[in-house]
This record gives sequence, C-alpha cells and structure tokens, in this order.
Amino acid sequence: MRRLAALGSLLLALGLLASLPAWIGNSYYVNIASQVLLYAVFALGLNVIVGYAGLVSLGHAGLFGIAAYSGAILITAGYGHFVAIAGALVVTLGVAALFAVLALRGTGLGFVMITVALGQIVWGVAYRWISLTNGDNGVSITSRPAPFGLSLVDANPFYWATLVVFLVAVAAIAIFVASPFGASLRGTRDQPRRMNALGYNVWLIRFLAFLFSGLWSGVAGLLFLYYNQFVSPQTVALTASAEVLLMVISGGTATLLGPIAGALLVVIMKNVASGYIERWNFVLGAIFVAIVIFMPEGLVPGSLRLWRWATRRRRQHPAGPAAMAPVPHGSINGGAQ
Amino acid sequence: MNLWLLAANSIAFGGLLFLLSAGFALIFGLMRIPNLTHGSLFMLGAYFGVSLISWGVGFWLAALAGGVGVAVLGGLIERLLLRRLPGAELAQVLVTLGLSFMIADACLMQWGGDPISIETPAALRGASRVAGVAFPTYRLGVIVIAVAFAVVLWAMLERTRLGAMIRAGVDDPMMARAVGIRVPLLFTLVFCLGSGLAGFAGVIGGPILSVYPGLDQDMLPLALVVVILGGSGSLVGAFVGSFVVGVLYNFGQALLPELAYVVLFLPMLVVLVVRPAGLFGRSSP
Repeated sequence: MRRLAALGSLLLALGLLASLPAWIGNSYYVNIASQVLLYAVFALGLNVIVGYAGLVSLGHAGLFGIAAYSGAILITAGYGHFVAIAGALVVTLGVAALFAVLALRGTGLGFVMITVALGQIVWGVAYRWISLTNGDNGVSITSRPAPFGLSLVDANPFYWATLVVFLVAVAAIAIFVASPFGASLRGTRDQPRRMNALGYNVWLIRFLAFLFSGLWSGVAGLLFLYYNQFVSPQTVALTASAEVLLMVISGGTATLLGPIAGALLVVIMKNVASGYIERWNFVLGAIFVAIVIFMPEGLVPGSLRLWRWATRRRRQHPAGPAAMAPVPHGSINGGAQ
Repeated sequence: MNLWLLAANSIAFGGLLFLLSAGFALIFGLMRIPNLTHGSLFMLGAYFGVSLISWGVGFWLAALAGGVGVAVLGGLIERLLLRRLPGAELAQVLVTLGLSFMIADACLMQWGGDPISIETPAALRGASRVAGVAFPTYRLGVIVIAVAFAVVLWAMLERTRLGAMIRAGVDDPMMARAVGIRVPLLFTLVFCLGSGLAGFAGVIGGPILSVYPGLDQDMLPLALVVVILGGSGSLVGAFVGSFVVGVLYNFGQALLPELAYVVLFLPMLVVLVVRPAGLFGRSSP
C-alpha cells in the first residue's frame, strides 16, 4: 500500500514536471523553471561531495565554469555540439581529477581552503587569459543543439530537454547513493579510520566521489552554457561557488530532495530579489548567516523536524505515554541513510 | 622592465601580504577559524583610509585609525557570531563567507564602483638610492613596516606573558581555563589583532594597489596561498610564504600576465604534494 502511494506520488510529480509549460504558459517562467532544474543538477552534484563525503567544496563553480568554457570554446572553434559536449566533459573530468588530487591532501578545513584557492585560480585564468577566454567579455555561442532533430531554441523544448537531463541526474545519484559504493562513501564521512581499518581505500573512495560530483557539475555547466548561450568570469567567481553551496546547505545536505528544494529557493529568490533590489549578493550573504545561525541542518530536515515536533506535541495530550515512544534517531535523513 | 625595480616591488608586495596573512594565519592556526572575511577586512580598512584622508586626516593616522576601526568590527564579528559556533568549522566558513559578500556589497554602495587611489605620504615620495640602485621610497617604507611588525609579533607571541597565554590557550584550552587564563577574552583579542592588521595593511597598500570593488576577492586567495605554503598558525611560515608569493605574483604578472594566477598556483601544488602541512606547519591543516 505504501509502495503504491509512493509510486503514485512519484508519477504525479513526474506528470506535473512534464506538463509544467502547459499550465505556466508564460515563457519567462518556463525559463526560470529550466534554471531551477539546471541548478538542481549542479547542487545534486555538489551534494555528493558535501553531503555524502562530508567534504565541503567552495571551488565547484570552477568545474561548472570549465565545462561551460570548454564547450563554448570548442563550439566557437567550429566543432559540432556532440564533440563540444564530449570534449567539455572530458576536460572537466580531467580538471576534477587534478582538483581532487590536490584538495584531498587536506580534509576538513584544509579541503575547504584548497578548493577556494583552486576555484579562484580558475577565475583568474578565465579573467586574465584573454586570448583563450576573451577575458571579462566572456564567450558567446550562437546555437543550441538539436538532439534527434528537435530544435531547442524555444523555451518549452529547452525545458523538456533540461528536465530529461535532470531526471537522469536524480536517478543516477539516487542509485549511486543507495549502492554499496555510496554506503562506503558515507562510511568514510562518518568513520574514516574504521573504514581504513576495514580495508577500504578511503582516499580512492573520496577521489571517485569527487569525479562523480565533478561530472554532474560539468553537465550542469553545459546546460548553463546552452541556456544562456554565454559564459563569463562571473560564472566561476567565488560567489557562484557559494551560491550553489547555499542551495545544498539550505535544502539540507545528504538528502536527495534537499539540493532540489535549495535550487528552487535560491533561483526564485534571486529572480524575485533582483526585481526589487540591486544588491543580490548582500541578500545572499544575509541568508547564509541567518541559515547557519537559525536552521543549521537545512530547510528540508529542519522543516521535517519542526513538523515532527509539532505533530508529536499534538498527539501527546490525548494518547498519553503510548505516543511518547522516541522518534528513531537519524530518521531525518530517511531513505538516504 | 627594470629587474631591480621588479624585485623591490615584489618584496614590498610580499611585505604587504605578510601584514594581511599574519592575521589570517594567527586566527586560522590559533583559533581554527577559517576567516573568509579577511580579504573584505583588508578592503574595508582601505576604504576607511580613503574616507579619513578625504576628511583631512594624515596618512599614518588614517592607517592606524583604519586598522583600529576594522579591529573593532572584527571583535564584534567574533563576539556576536563566531562565538555562537564553537568548533563548528563549516558553519564558521559559511558565516564568514556570507559576511564577506555583505561587506563587499556595502562597500560598493558606500564608495561606488570606481577605483580610488590613496596618495603616497609626502615624506616617502620619490626614489632613494640603495647601493647605487634607485628604489621607490614608499615601497622601501612598506618593507621596513612589515619587517618591524614581524619582529614585534614574533616577540609578542614568543617572549611575553600574553604570548605564552595565547599559546597555552591554543594547545589546551580546558587546562588553560582551569589555571585561570580567560581563553574567550584571549581569542577575541587575537581576532581583533588579526582583523586590525588586515585593515592597517589595506590603507598601507592603498598607494600601491589603490582600492576597488573586487580587491577583497583578489587578496583573499593570496592570503590562502600564503597560509597553505607557509603552514597554518606559523608566523615564520606566513613571513616566508608572503615573500615567495609576492615575488611569484609580481614576476608572473610582469612576464606572463595572462597566466599570473597559474604561476602562483604552481608552488602551492608542489608544497601540497610534498609537504601538505605547509613549509613550517606542525600538523596537517
């Protein structure tokens, strides 16, 4: 019965997502929905390393940007979309491997510091290596790909293409997390020494997780490139890394829904806020501080906790001690654990 | 480009970096707080200096006042926000990052988007001849200031009662508190000192770098690279690392302007592979 309900709600969600353009109508809002989906892919990718490996990266916009830049540069050099996409992903994986080798020399704070430095180096290259990246002016491309002859120029087809990529990303990451490898990754997060003693190669597990995370960041970077048909150093700035980290943390780390909720929240807030005030970065910073101080575990687990607390209180009065049974610990992360 | 001049500029820039990253290294190494607002504090100090000088305050007084102003702000950040998150390193990273965005945007609102240069103080204008070679006097002055601060900081940490208390508070905070050292007060003091140094460096760096939006994001990675190179919490490491980074960055910009950041990154790569704790670090960061 419960499985049927779960399946039903999943199908309902899929139907809602697929038919979204039909009941939104306005192409401006369809484009915002595409943005939410592409940032959700990025946030899901970052969550692999932040949530499940417990390593906080502040350099992921570098990987996102490298995919976008490589794609743009290959397309401007005259290559087709297939070559550009494949080439960009290969370059991104190569850079992700380099990032991982360097950043995994440290854990905890060391890891954060090294990823900040690496991300800033990518930014410096994008900004200063003018002959390659066109500096502050960025690189523009003039076309979107047409898979199987379907043009993605309009907002609706682009939304559906992004939705397909998003669903593949969700499925891949769900399978990854539920797999034995995902379990061992969470093991290296919670008990690295015991995992080591059990014979797991902690470094290799983290390295592979970083590559997997980098791959999805690269996919999101390519979606971003095709969405904007433009990439500039702004894409790889520290604020961009911080923005996606905010999506992961505000939604809730190490959950599948958290980064998606976070992407929805941040993209909508960014679009709404920029309609009223110029200073998005100020708002971004303020939200960061507020979330850390008031809801450190993120919105999804935080609201779950509040809901549970509220419903338990209501039940407590009529039912008496029977309802006082302790809520199983760690159930906040439910299916993820 | 005159090679001697380039070398002098590099060393002066290294001195500036030392003033910036000494505070970063102290806060990071002693309190284990990754203070990502450090670049913003540097920029804020420089903007304070700009305003003070435009109101007719002398350069050196403005530098001191800029440092004190930023030190007070740093103390407030530590007391009001970071104090609530003891040991939660990720939360500290996020709070300081959020604050750095807020400071950067506030500066943009207050001082506008155009670069503002700070005039070199009258006494240090022009060039002086050292061993037959002409150097810009102001840059020699920056080198002297940096070395003087390095000696004072080292003496304070290694030779005074206060320094001994700080080191005790770092090595074993519980025991230090048990013998009557007020560790929380000490940490606020260190945070003020580190922030103040960054603000002071901002004003001192004004005549060389000028002040512009994005200065914070230019300086923060330099401070990070210095600390990764030198090792966290090591004053000697920050000193050596600053000059290495200063030389590499300036020579890189003069000889390979498009790849200056990559040149900067190479020694960090080597150090991370060979000695992840940094050149003078005690334990891994």
